[in-house]
Amino acid sequence: MATYQEFIQQNEDRDGVRFSWNLWPSSRLEATRLVAPVSCLFTPLKERPDLPPVQYEPVLCSRANCKAVLNPLCQVDFRAKIWACNFCFQRNPFPPSYAGISEVNQPAELMPQFSTIEYIVQRGPPAPLIFLYVVDTCLEEEDLQALKESLQMSLSLLPPNALVGLITFGRMVQVHELSCEGIAKSYVFRGTKDLSAKQIQEMLGLMKPAAAGNQGRPAAPQDAAASSGKFWFLQPVHRVDMNLTDLLGELQRDPWPVPQGKRPLRSTGVALTVAVGLLEGTFPNTGARVMLFIGGPPTQGPGMVVGDELKTPIRSWHDIQKDNARHLKKATKYYEALANRSAVNGHNIDIYACALDQTGLLEMKCLSNLTGGHIVMGDSFNTSLFKQTFQRVFSKDYNGDFRMAFGGVLEVKTSRELKVCGTIGPCVSLNSKGSCVSENEMGIGGTSQWKVCSLTPSTTLGIYFEVVNQHNAPVPQGGRGAVQFVTQYQHSNTQKRIRVTTIARNWADAQSQIQHIESSFDQEAAAVLMARLGVFRAESEEGPDVLRWLDRQLIRLFMFHLRRSPFLQVFNNSPDESSYYRHHFVRQDLTQSLIMIQPILYSYSFHGPPEPVLLDSSSILPDRILLMDTFFQLVIYHGETIAQWRKAGYQEMAEYENFKQLLQAPLDDAQEILQTRFPMPRYIDTEHGGSQARFLLSKVNPSQTHNNLYAWGQETGAPILTDDVSLQVFMDHLKKLAVSSSA
Amino acid sequence: MNVNQHTPMASPYGQPQPGYGHPGYAPLDGGYPVPYAPYNGPASAYQPGALPQDYSPFTSFPSKAVAATPVSDLSSPLDLGPARGPPTSGPPPVSVPQPFNQYSPSQGDVQNGPPPMTQAPPRPAASQPYNQGAVNPSGPHSSYPQHYGPPPSMQQVTNQMTGMQINSGPPTAAGPGYVPPHSSQPPISTAYSAAPPPAYSQASPPASSAPPQPPPPSGPATSQQYYGSPQSPSQQPFNSSLPPTSQQQFTSPAPPPPSSQQTFPPSSQQTFPPSSQQTFPPSSQQTFLPPSQQNFPPSSQQTFPQSSFSGPMPPPSQAPAPPGSQPQQSFSPAQPPFSSAPPPVSQPAFISGPPPSAQGSFPPRAPPPSSQSGSFPSAGPPPTSTPSSQYQGPMPPQQQHPPSQPSPYHAGPSPPSVQMPPTSMAQSNHLPPGPQGPPCPPGPMQQPPTQPGMQGGYPPQQNGAFGQVRGPQPGYAGPYPGQPNYGAPAPAPAPAPPAQKRLDPDSIPSPIQVIEDDRAKSTEPFTTGVRGQAPPLVTTNFQVKDQGNASPRFIRCTAYNMPCTADMAKQSQVPLAAVIKPLATLPPDETPPYLVDHGEGGPIRCNRCKAYMCPYMQFIEGGRRFQCGFCSCVTEVPPHYFQHLDHTGKRVDCYDRPELSLGSYEFLATVDYCKNNKLPQPPAFIFLIDVSYNAVKSGMVGIVCQELKSLLDYLPRENPEMDSVVRVGFVTYNKVLHFYNVKSSLAQPQMLVVSDVSDMFVPLLDGFLVNVNESRLVIESLLDQIPEMFADTRETETVFGPVIQAGLEALKAADCAGKLFVFHTSLPIAEAPGKLKNREDKKLIGTDKEKSLFQPQVGFYNTLAKDCVAQGCCVDLFLFPNQYVDVATLSVVPVSTGGSVYKYTYFQAQSDQERFLNDLRRDIQKLVGFDAVMRVRTSTGIRATDFFGSFFMSNTTDVELAGLDCDKAITVEFKHDDKLSEETGALMQCAILYTSCSGHRRLRIHNMAVNCCSQLADLYRNCETDTIINFFSKYAFRGVLNNPTKAVRDTLINQCAQILACYRKNCASPSSAGQLILPECMKLLPVYLNCVLKSDLLLPGADVSLDDRAYLRQLISCMDVSESHVFFYPRLLPLLKLESGSLPVAVRDSEERLSKGGVYLLETGLHLFLWVGASAQQELLLNIFGTTSFSQIDPSMTSLPVLDNPFSQRLREIVDSFRAQRPRYMKLMVVKQEDRAELIFRHFLVEDKCASGGASYVDFLCHMHKEIRQLLS
Repeated sequence: MATYQEFIQQNEDRDGVRFSWNLWPSSRLEATRLVAPVSCLFTPLKERPDLPPVQYEPVLCSRANCKAVLNPLCQVDFRAKIWACNFCFQRNPFPPSYAGISEVNQPAELMPQFSTIEYIVQRGPPAPLIFLYVVDTCLEEEDLQALKESLQMSLSLLPPNALVGLITFGRMVQVHELSCEGIAKSYVFRGTKDLSAKQIQEMLGLMKPAAAGNQGRPAAPQDAAASSGKFWFLQPVHRVDMNLTDLLGELQRDPWPVPQGKRPLRSTGVALTVAVGLLEGTFPNTGARVMLFIGGPPTQGPGMVVGDELKTPIRSWHDIQKDNARHLKKATKYYEALANRSAVNGHNIDIYACALDQTGLLEMKCLSNLTGGHIVMGDSFNTSLFKQTFQRVFSKDYNGDFRMAFGGVLEVKTSRELKVCGTIGPCVSLNSKGSCVSENEMGIGGTSQWKVCSLTPSTTLGIYFEVVNQHNAPVPQGGRGAVQFVTQYQHSNTQKRIRVTTIARNWADAQSQIQHIESSFDQEAAAVLMARLGVFRAESEEGPDVLRWLDRQLIRLFMFHLRRSPFLQVFNNSPDESSYYRHHFVRQDLTQSLIMIQPILYSYSFHGPPEPVLLDSSSILPDRILLMDTFFQLVIYHGETIAQWRKAGYQEMAEYENFKQLLQAPLDDAQEILQTRFPMPRYIDTEHGGSQARFLLSKVNPSQTHNNLYAWGQETGAPILTDDVSLQVFMDHLKKLAVSSSA
Repeated sequence: MNVNQHTPMASPYGQPQPGYGHPGYAPLDGGYPVPYAPYNGPASAYQPGALPQDYSPFTSFPSKAVAATPVSDLSSPLDLGPARGPPTSGPPPVSVPQPFNQYSPSQGDVQNGPPPMTQAPPRPAASQPYNQGAVNPSGPHSSYPQHYGPPPSMQQVTNQMTGMQINSGPPTAAGPGYVPPHSSQPPISTAYSAAPPPAYSQASPPASSAPPQPPPPSGPATSQQYYGSPQSPSQQPFNSSLPPTSQQQFTSPAPPPPSSQQTFPPSSQQTFPPSSQQTFPPSSQQTFLPPSQQNFPPSSQQTFPQSSFSGPMPPPSQAPAPPGSQPQQSFSPAQPPFSSAPPPVSQPAFISGPPPSAQGSFPPRAPPPSSQSGSFPSAGPPPTSTPSSQYQGPMPPQQQHPPSQPSPYHAGPSPPSVQMPPTSMAQSNHLPPGPQGPPCPPGPMQQPPTQPGMQGGYPPQQNGAFGQVRGPQPGYAGPYPGQPNYGAPAPAPAPAPPAQKRLDPDSIPSPIQVIEDDRAKSTEPFTTGVRGQAPPLVTTNFQVKDQGNASPRFIRCTAYNMPCTADMAKQSQVPLAAVIKPLATLPPDETPPYLVDHGEGGPIRCNRCKAYMCPYMQFIEGGRRFQCGFCSCVTEVPPHYFQHLDHTGKRVDCYDRPELSLGSYEFLATVDYCKNNKLPQPPAFIFLIDVSYNAVKSGMVGIVCQELKSLLDYLPRENPEMDSVVRVGFVTYNKVLHFYNVKSSLAQPQMLVVSDVSDMFVPLLDGFLVNVNESRLVIESLLDQIPEMFADTRETETVFGPVIQAGLEALKAADCAGKLFVFHTSLPIAEAPGKLKNREDKKLIGTDKEKSLFQPQVGFYNTLAKDCVAQGCCVDLFLFPNQYVDVATLSVVPVSTGGSVYKYTYFQAQSDQERFLNDLRRDIQKLVGFDAVMRVRTSTGIRATDFFGSFFMSNTTDVELAGLDCDKAITVEFKHDDKLSEETGALMQCAILYTSCSGHRRLRIHNMAVNCCSQLADLYRNCETDTIINFFSKYAFRGVLNNPTKAVRDTLINQCAQILACYRKNCASPSSAGQLILPECMKLLPVYLNCVLKSDLLLPGADVSLDDRAYLRQLISCMDVSESHVFFYPRLLPLLKLESGSLPVAVRDSEERLSKGGVYLLETGLHLFLWVGASAQQELLLNIFGTTSFSQIDPSMTSLPVLDNPFSQRLREIVDSFRAQRPRYMKLMVVKQEDRAELIFRHFLVEDKCASGGASYVDFLCHMHKEIRQLLS
């Protein structure tokens, strides 16, 4: 048998699943003692170029509260044409279409290599893709121009039959009608008034078509949109391409004067309400993407984050801790409600926030977190960071399909010994109670189904389980626990698909097989899963408590960096930044998550090929070039000597070609990372003593500080001016704690 | 006559009437026997007789009439002498009337004749009214004979007659008393002159309507009329001075002896009675008449019963008396004798004459009688008796009289039977008198002839007759009218029951006559420098020279002589009010108010009352201080304003400074006078267009958009050279609102839809309000596209409240004032603030709840209006309803913001486009001020207490107008809070602070000073009926909001009756209670008031919708005097011959005045009708329509074909000029006689009974008389 490492890798490649434990302790008691829960990182839409979808409906267990999908783990009686559900042990007859099966003629779903299988189902007409742009017009001219160009460009990236819509806002909110000729028409909403969905639909004249076209005959929303003329606001790209391009081109900055000392009035809250209401009324339960572009915080109306007086700065962590952020709770509540509505309808909300100051992501994060939307944060729309990130939203996979899926519903089924406690990821609960739902909630719990409105191939959920088997009822030797993930979603080519992943793990008695269990521990997965738990709690609880909780869960090295990471530490980060980081942390796959927790540091030198080095201040040497990838930032740091050389222009001299190559190497590597990463990291090229070097310095382990500098001598490394404890100190402390706590 | 005159003391002279009666009777007698022809004869005969009288009268009159003052004196001597003395000086009319009265009393006819003549010349005006009829006759003098004879002034006669009638009215009252007989007689005299003939003639047909017996009657009638008129003409002169007298005399005649008698007889008929009766209780009268007639041929006798008159005064005496009597009368006093005598004189003359000629004429009468009998019979018999009784208290007397009468006259004849009849007869008699009159004055006869011809042509045309008459008697007509009345009445009766019912309209005060008279005398520019001088009527074209008081175009007062004390004011009940039209457009030959700049400190004002510098400020202490004319406070003159005084105490620079020498001027306001202490932004116009299904379908949307494209070049501007600074914005709406971004930088307009109507806001700022020139292309593109965009709309629901809110918010956002033009079609039932429901409920009409229908349905609009006013947002509403839209509620905002409401019911592009577009053009182009505050300051002693118009008031003194345009008038009522002094008079200063259409802050000041009087007579002498009506109508139209309509009507009638009763009691010379005596200045009050009472608002017909009423209600609220005048009393022009440069003389608004063979143009300020008689002359039709066939005329045409003939050109010119005069474009409706559309047209013949139950003029006058009598008793 292969090593666990290989097994884990294989599993991940095939099923997109990584469990913290690959052998499961067979009783609740034992499981509890393991500290790290049985849990997994699951990537529902992991790209599987090798997996062709099958064109038929899955076969379901006939038990009403089970409905598990036929899978390779089921026992099949080929003669009787009966299969036994491996979750509820119900015996089910095969449907008539399976009459011809036999041991040698098995359907795909029974083959072991198809532990993950994807069905294409024909249910109703294909739903269109919908892209609704919600654009802030309170931007600087330059920013607006860049944004307009990006938006116009994006039209060419959309599939021709996708529906697009445009809402702009500033002091007012305008819903643009796209179909009319000659005169640009838009519906305007006051930016200060909260409106119910019904009101919005009434005001947009959507009441009747919404009722008739979508609920009654969900079959033809697109036709309805095209033919009824009622859905003026969402039109197929191919039809309004020109119109919309012109419209975008004519977009003006918000015309209302902004007095000195004031912020522009930005009605983000209402704009979103209108967007959500519009989609709710026209295309409920159809995949749709609301793309919000903002250049500043909401300053009026519901969802207001800060007043329009410039003399009142936007809330900081300090304010929040002092309970001094007067709009925080209200706004958060508002956006949460909005996010939930949107999620219920299967629409996701992206936030593209480009501003030097905060834009209120803290309050608005739930919009994306609950609906699976993206959050992108940048300094300006006129940066490649934004432009390329935005472009990458529309990237396509090997099939030429968008790397996005909509309206996903993830259902988890477990065998009897296991119950699901919850998930942490960009999803909302569907409140589906069932026998496999644990009372013990971790993350978003209390349900066995979650809605993930938007999925990308990298969207990864952390799913937490609980072993419920009692100690006195041991699992028979060789028993296996099984988990089935059923993900229904709307593919970007408008097909409805169901992906089913069924995995099984052996049960192990912790007392007798503790060694095995230990060896089955997936450190990386566990670290990420624990970190997600920590982040999840950090979102809802007081920071110090979370740290304390985390400190009690020892996970070796990672924990040190996690403690220092922006996911848990708010120091030096604005509330928006924290939200942004956390947002990405809870949705990226394991590899990316690890990078986030412990940035990778490569060192380039004449001394050898590039090598990873410790994320430690001691790695900062004058004759090295360092490349640090923190996921969010990509920092190239030239050591002091290198920097001097570069300044002296040696790289330009033919005889120093090697130096030139040395300089080029990290750039090439960085480029490679940039190519694949979403969102685009902030790319920083700096040198010793440069102001931007702080990005590096803040990440490395401060093994050398002004406190111990002289003790270490000056031959290596760079001192970090911080009071933070170094890893060394942390470990010492940890050891002490481990001993005392065990007592 | 009596009517107007009046006041005159004629009453006393009632006796004279007897005299008249005599004559009348005589004539009657004659009349009976004599056919029309006879009349002539008689007339001539009369004339002779008359002449003597006349002479005497003349002498007397002459003195009075002729030398205006002298005359007056003379007259005054008579009765009024004393009173009149003053009057003469002051108000000639009064004096005149008095004279008349006197005369009349003494010797109606005679006096009339003479006085008028003489007096007339001196003071045409004053006398005119009264007399027109009587006076002119002065001609009569000669005329008397003429009267009767000359009849030329038929109208006058009629007038006189009217006067007479009035008297008669009184007679009735008094009637019971002795007077009646007299009255009857007197009337007779006058009436007779005029009336008799008619009676007879028409009696049959003529007078009444000449219908049946067109020829004879008409002839006679006309003749009568003519007579009347002739007389009047003759009187005219008198009128001016004495004419009235004559009339009065007539009246007086009645009163005097007979008052009772008169009444009786009179009541029956006579002049007074007749007239009065006719007028008032016409029916009764008629009835009377008829009976009499029927009864008699005797009627004639009866008439003569007036003979009663004679009775009263021995015929002989009468006969003789006349001459003498007249003189006497003029002298006066010998009322009884004189009166008897005088009237007699005339009468006698007549009588004598009549009989003779009478016979001739009488013969006619005879015929008439027959005819009468025919006609009368029906009416006559029954009514007569009753009526007569009714009339009177008089009745009893009548009886008495009758006897007497009979005896005198035909006493023998029909005395007994007659009696009752007599009364009736009396009327008829009166008529006869008329005839007699005529007879006497061959003139009448003659006239008749002419008229006859006329009549022949236009039977109905008494008008025509009048016209002729008028010519001669314009001024005098008045008096004579009385006679005519008589005549008329008689005729009426004669003709037929119906006819009988009516008093002869010619005999009652004629608005046309008054208007013409005023025109005739207003040749000089009107200078405003003289305090307390009443300006010419609004119907007169005149030039104004500002010499320290505001032009009447800016301010018109109800009274130019205010009572000094509250008691007086209360007693008289004359409303003290001013109609102010602050931004009135002046004719090109008058200078607009000068702009005065007092520098940074702003206008100089009184320290205490804050009145602005004006000519009433008295500079003292060498010019270092000035004393306020309003509050007497002394204020320092700022150094920069100091100027030395000349030896008269005037500032040396007095004439260099408009504020020291003119009545109207403007100040440049400083920043202190601006909102928020910030100079205003230029205003904005926002067009809000309904694009719901109805609006699109009717074509309105397309029309508006098309028109706006060119109209936007004509936005108001102060300097024609410059581009307008007014910015424009566009909104369309149905259930939601669409704003448009028309920023000049856009290639295409952008539409912004606001569906959140529950909480309106403006979606954009930049690009919404734009400069027309900069954004022209975008705007044109927008206006092209709007109709297309909504061409297929199916949206039928609309909102309204949010539309105005939207405009308001836009102005707020732009921080400027402005005007909203809302084009709206339907009841706003869509869910939104200000949503309305259909509450039109016909069942409520006439109940106590009716008033609620005029109140806004919801309070929302009141609040909204308040907000609009605060922002200076004026709203003009154009309605295009196909059904109930609740104008009462929708107009709240326009009315409160100084806006206008236009309504185009069942709008159809083809037929209504022109009217709408012209209204729109004018509305957009006219000068307008914004964000205005008006304050009226007055001398200590009075105070502006109530305001009527389109505005909002948040306190009791400041009138806030979001917008104020050049067509809006505000009526202000004043009340005493202390005594005024005759020395200083009463001053008022109206200051309007506003933002001009170029965005400048201005203060416009209008100053007005009027006299104060301690004598009621002065008050009555110097007031203006048109303005009073303006006030009354506004008062009443507002009253319906809170009171049942009936209560409002009653209030009006009561107040009017009190006014007249007070005059009668305090100013008129003593006379029989039965006389109706009207102040000269107010003699049209009853007719106009009746028009107000009959208006659709106060007395709706079945086909008048609630919306129409609400629409009228708000319309009236901001009308100025000239608009309200023509609105209530439409202008009706006969189109026979059109001369360039002058308009044909209008005719009275009565169907009787329409000739089948004619074409008439009627104008109300809102409507324009072209009425085509069924047998209109072909040539006329050819000239106008280009076809000779009546049937080929297309009644749906809205403009006249352009034909190349002078007539057509001139007619179109006239139509255009009418349209140009009115703030609203009048759509031309062609009404063919007997066509269905004629019903609508008839509605505007306000002297007739209307379908909704409104009284005819005659009926109403009778009623009014009754009211007055009740008050007096």
